[in-house]
Amino acid sequence: MAFYMIGERINGMFNDIGEAVAKFDPKPIQEWAKKQDEAGAAYLDINVGPTAADRVKSMRWMCELVTEVSDTPIALDSTNYEAIEAGLEVCKPGALINSCPAERPKIERVFPMAAKYGAKIIALTMDKTGIPKSADMRVGFAMELVAAADEFGLAPDDLFIDPLILPCNVAQDHAPEVLESLRQIRMLSDPAPHTTLGLSNVSQGTPFRPLINRIYCVMAMTCGLDSAIMDVNDDNLVEAIASADMLLNNAIYCDSYAKVFRQR
Amino acid sequence: MPVQILKEKFTGSVQEVVLGATKEEGGTRAYTVKLGGSSTLPFLQYEGSIPNRPAIAFEIMDIKPEWGAPFEPYYGDVWNDPVAWAKKAEELGADVLYLKLAGADPELENPKSADDCAKTVKVILENTTAPLMVEGPGHPEKNNEVLQAVGEAAAGENIALGLAEKDNYRSIAAAAMMGKHCIIGRSPVDINILKQLNIMITEMGIAPNKIINDPMSSGLGYGIEYSYSIMERARWGALIGDKMMAFPVICLAGPEAWRAKESYAPLEEAGPGWGEQKPRGIMWEAMTAAALLQAGGDIFLMRHPESVKLLKKHIDDLMKPNDY
Repeated sequence: MAFYMIGERINGMFNDIGEAVAKFDPKPIQEWAKKQDEAGAAYLDINVGPTAADRVKSMRWMCELVTEVSDTPIALDSTNYEAIEAGLEVCKPGALINSCPAERPKIERVFPMAAKYGAKIIALTMDKTGIPKSADMRVGFAMELVAAADEFGLAPDDLFIDPLILPCNVAQDHAPEVLESLRQIRMLSDPAPHTTLGLSNVSQGTPFRPLINRIYCVMAMTCGLDSAIMDVNDDNLVEAIASADMLLNNAIYCDSYAKVFRQR
Repeated sequence: MPVQILKEKFTGSVQEVVLGATKEEGGTRAYTVKLGGSSTLPFLQYEGSIPNRPAIAFEIMDIKPEWGAPFEPYYGDVWNDPVAWAKKAEELGADVLYLKLAGADPELENPKSADDCAKTVKVILENTTAPLMVEGPGHPEKNNEVLQAVGEAAAGENIALGLAEKDNYRSIAAAAMMGKHCIIGRSPVDINILKQLNIMITEMGIAPNKIINDPMSSGLGYGIEYSYSIMERARWGALIGDKMMAFPVICLAGPEAWRAKESYAPLEEAGPGWGEQKPRGIMWEAMTAAALLQAGGDIFLMRHPESVKLLKKHIDDLMKPNDY
């Protein structure tokens, strides 16, 4: 089992990308694609952000830009499914749809789309009532998502279940619930679905972001987490993940283990 | 109701390495031998492909070996002459010739020079048609000197040069790169060192399809389970995508089996119930090879012609498709 690092940086929420999207400037987008590639990203997340006038057009444009400079699969990050479909049309197969909640109409829109384009899905353990607090509720949603994957002809390997971590200074009691969810989600099917987290969320608004991110990531990995949407250019974080991956016996130790972890 | 066979799906595979070069490829070999390439665990043909049959290499030396009575009837007439010996190995069914340049060991009374070694290799190549692997005398500095000369003498033949080890790999890697040869990386039954060595060799600029691994074998009864578990773990790593654990593996079944008293001790020195030496020795080598074959060996360094016959028959059986 490998750990999939999903590079979060090509997101219009960051000022440089937001500006680039507004002005259709390819440079920052392609630079971050290369930079995250070098750091070992398994997927490059693309989110047009709030500055895009036309989300469908911008998503397609950004995907084309990234495909020009990188062979790394793209994670299409949007709540607008037309924008995701526009991206899927220009991406290579093996893209990741980010994301779909456990709500029936949305599942019916997204899951067949994933099957059609040979894409994988980040599926969220929430519905229109919001994010549940308890692990039980999260796992309940995860189960619906695993069943839906089967229903629409997707394999467990095509599913990245995100049990949704919230900032620790807002909803501290969610952190252990997410860990328990991760433990249980890997029991839902054999082979198990993948799991992922929007890792940077956990430290949102705190002055200790890198420390909290990497500690929580390692804790989550011991509960089965095998992917994260994260800052892949945070060397300390990547080295912590490489070490955890090795100590979990997923990768054979060698003196250069942290270096080769980045070489996909 | 039909039974659904549960199949493991792997993402990686063992690197394929070609030994030797034909006339069209710039060498003089009659054929090449492909090693590795498997995308599944040993002989589970129903889960993946096993494109290349495990190969047999015959061990030959540039000086008379101390193999003694069990081998006198087979090699006694040729073991003073490496060229005659190489030709005999081909007649006995070698896919590959494995030459150990033991005579260049500086601890010997009249050690052969690097030039002598290069000449030996050249004459063997002129008189044989099988792909060749060459192991140095084992002394670090002399190894480097000898293998550099051998690499030059065999330019274009795509031989394999060994043994590169963690503390002595640069010169050998350079010699392999210069002559476009393969390299054999050896670690002392240590998977972590093996992986690190592969990384260092790769960083030198050697292409992945030029690397063969010798994780060092242990003979039957003398720690073969360690070799087995290392090879099994490396193969598993290769199949789940660890490219630095994905190189074809050579197993030293012959040399290791014949180090054991159980193989060579004559009847009068044998333990209770051991029986005659000849069948015992042959079986000891064949069983050592059979176990390492199950662990995922891609090429087998063998010694006794009768053990080779048994191993070949066993490989024939295991290579039969078992698709469901």
